[in-house]
Amino acid sequence: MTNLLHPSRRGLLMAGGAGLLTAALPGHVAAQGAPIKIGFQLHRTGIGAAYGRWYERTAQAALKAINDGGGIAGRPVELLFEDDATDPKRGSEVVDKLTQSDGCDLVMGTLFSHVVMGSAPRAGELKVPYLVCSEGYHVASGALNRWTLQPGITDVRAQISTMAPWVAANLGKKVTMVFPDYAFGHDHRDFFTTAIQAQGGEVIAQIAVPPTETSFTRYFPQIPTETEVLYHVMVGPAVLTFVKELGEFYGTGAKPALFGFIDSLEAVDTATPGLEFLEGSHFWEAHPRVKPADAGEHEAAYRAAVGVDDNGASVSDAADVSTYSHMFSTWETLYFIKQSMEAAGYTGPADRQKLVEAMEAISDLPYGIERPQGAKRFNGKTHQVFGSQNISQVQGGKLVKVHTTTIEEGVYEDAVDYTTMSF
Amino acid sequence: MTGGGVKPWALHLALIAVLLTAQFWLSPYHATNLARIMVLAVFAMGYNLAFGYTGLLSLGHALLLAAGMYAAGLPAQLWGWGAGPAFIAGVAGGGLMAAALGLLALRTAGVSFMIVTLMFAQAGYLTLLYFAPVTGGDDGFAVAAASRRLLGFDLSTDTPRFLAALLIFAAGLLISLALIRSPFGRTMVAMRENEERSRMLGYNPFTVKLAALTISGLYSGAAGAAYALLFGYVGASFATIQYSILPMLYVLLGGAGTTLGPFLGALVMFTLIEVATGLTSAYLFFVGAALVALVLFAPKGILGTIRERWVRWLP
Repeated sequence: MTNLLHPSRRGLLMAGGAGLLTAALPGHVAAQGAPIKIGFQLHRTGIGAAYGRWYERTAQAALKAINDGGGIAGRPVELLFEDDATDPKRGSEVVDKLTQSDGCDLVMGTLFSHVVMGSAPRAGELKVPYLVCSEGYHVASGALNRWTLQPGITDVRAQISTMAPWVAANLGKKVTMVFPDYAFGHDHRDFFTTAIQAQGGEVIAQIAVPPTETSFTRYFPQIPTETEVLYHVMVGPAVLTFVKELGEFYGTGAKPALFGFIDSLEAVDTATPGLEFLEGSHFWEAHPRVKPADAGEHEAAYRAAVGVDDNGASVSDAADVSTYSHMFSTWETLYFIKQSMEAAGYTGPADRQKLVEAMEAISDLPYGIERPQGAKRFNGKTHQVFGSQNISQVQGGKLVKVHTTTIEEGVYEDAVDYTTMSF
Repeated sequence: MTGGGVKPWALHLALIAVLLTAQFWLSPYHATNLARIMVLAVFAMGYNLAFGYTGLLSLGHALLLAAGMYAAGLPAQLWGWGAGPAFIAGVAGGGLMAAALGLLALRTAGVSFMIVTLMFAQAGYLTLLYFAPVTGGDDGFAVAAASRRLLGFDLSTDTPRFLAALLIFAAGLLISLALIRSPFGRTMVAMRENEERSRMLGYNPFTVKLAALTISGLYSGAAGAAYALLFGYVGASFATIQYSILPMLYVLLGGAGTTLGPFLGALVMFTLIEVATGLTSAYLFFVGAALVALVLFAPKGILGTIRERWVRWLP
């Protein structure tokens, strides 16, 4: 017979083992109290699925790191993922479900701009903080509401504008742009055309390709022969065809310098057969996929936590290439939430307004494990974060970082002051 | 189909009464979802009038939904129209687009009609992208709060939104019941059953089908406008093929050629996704399995099967 006064030998061993295990984990701080629930609007299916898969992995890694460090204000954190099918209508329903049915304190994680646009009005109605990881200029343009913020990734306007000085100085000043004929492509067309003019360059041709196009050969003769730089931002499965056909068009003859955005090749191996034509060309990257020689001190820890090797692929499958230039935004957004909740003394949904005000009060966000992509500056008025950008060159089928911009290069004048809007 | 005396009217009014009370016994979350379902059901009712009753298998109804959505949303966005005029513009936009579509597409029939309507819808989608500076392109735009007010009520708040959705749904449901019990409704069914025999009896199939498609467009336009004004978003994704297939699925699931089928189909599909997402990330598997089961065991849809086996008077 065993009881508390006369424990069994097995019971004593188990209790002793548990004690030893606890003593062996001095760095683990147990979070206490009711969990903080963060809803994650995830592109698990639909056109954003490749991004969604890596957004989920990165957010899970950040969640583990935050909980291992004691959670938020000592409370454990939960992430609730809900698929929005990369669809604006479903996106709005997901914000509703995460907030009203699952009782989340806030919602985050949306990437595709049209899903953000479709979901943000509902977040505003529910008065729930909605933190997007989208790159869209929609937040800083003033098109949304006081409850929508983008603290984890710079927007497309800043990204594009910072590329122009380097392109003009290093690749050429006569630029032809090839872009998909919808909002993403139009942003590039408008912002880059203005930015390159400021550098004394010019866009000599703008070639808009309808999104339904599957072959591009008939567009290439429209590229003027005096073109020095071909700026391309085709996305989706068509990008492989686009690059292959472009290579066939120029053959081994003279060709303009190529400059593109890595959005074209996120989750795609740059050494994929058919992409040889990209050798020597340059790409914008937010966060260099291939670990640079001068990477920051937290880069290795971040890659290890997310499960990404030095080439930007999954450690368990080298063919599973990450969406490295975007997914850090979920990590940094979670740490932004932690910082603002602790600053606001957040206790529950009744403090949501106080939480947004605390977010708006944040400005400098220094480099650290909380921000592995780099230091940032948050603009509380426009609800948009600013940071540095990188340019990489394809060398031997790998992206090698060759330039990093400053934060200041991407800063532009405020188009809105959300802090003057009512909640 | 037109039998049953007052029973069909009583049944439909009872459903509307139950829905009216639903806002009191449902949580705000489920009540908002029910408002969404009612708006989608109006779209499906429109599809049902064309497909279920007139036999016009369209793959272009997303164009009509988007026509209503933009006809309501753009005046609100550009000129600050209020919800009332914007909604009327949306209904008219859907009807006019359907009439224009019908004038061209109804020269064809069957599979050709499907392909032509699909092509027009795709052209409409690309047009929305092309004129992005005005339409917002694929990003779309959020409808301003000032345009979401009707008679002093804020349509972005729970109760006014629910009641507005119910009002539109109830009007759509009762009009469709009256329509299919009218002589014109029987003519629509005659077109579906045997167009050549109808022609021999003196009806002009083109004008009957054009009228049916236009009415279907009015419903689709109303749904698009309602979505824009009640949920505050207008976007080109609503003009994609997915939104042409959705009402077809709702109608097939609930029962094509039944007045309550579109609502039941939308309700079941929405609920199925809602429940399945809570169980697994592979929720689309459940949706697919449900559709396969439907084809195997109830090819006439839920209410179509019930009418065939048990309740013959179901309209």
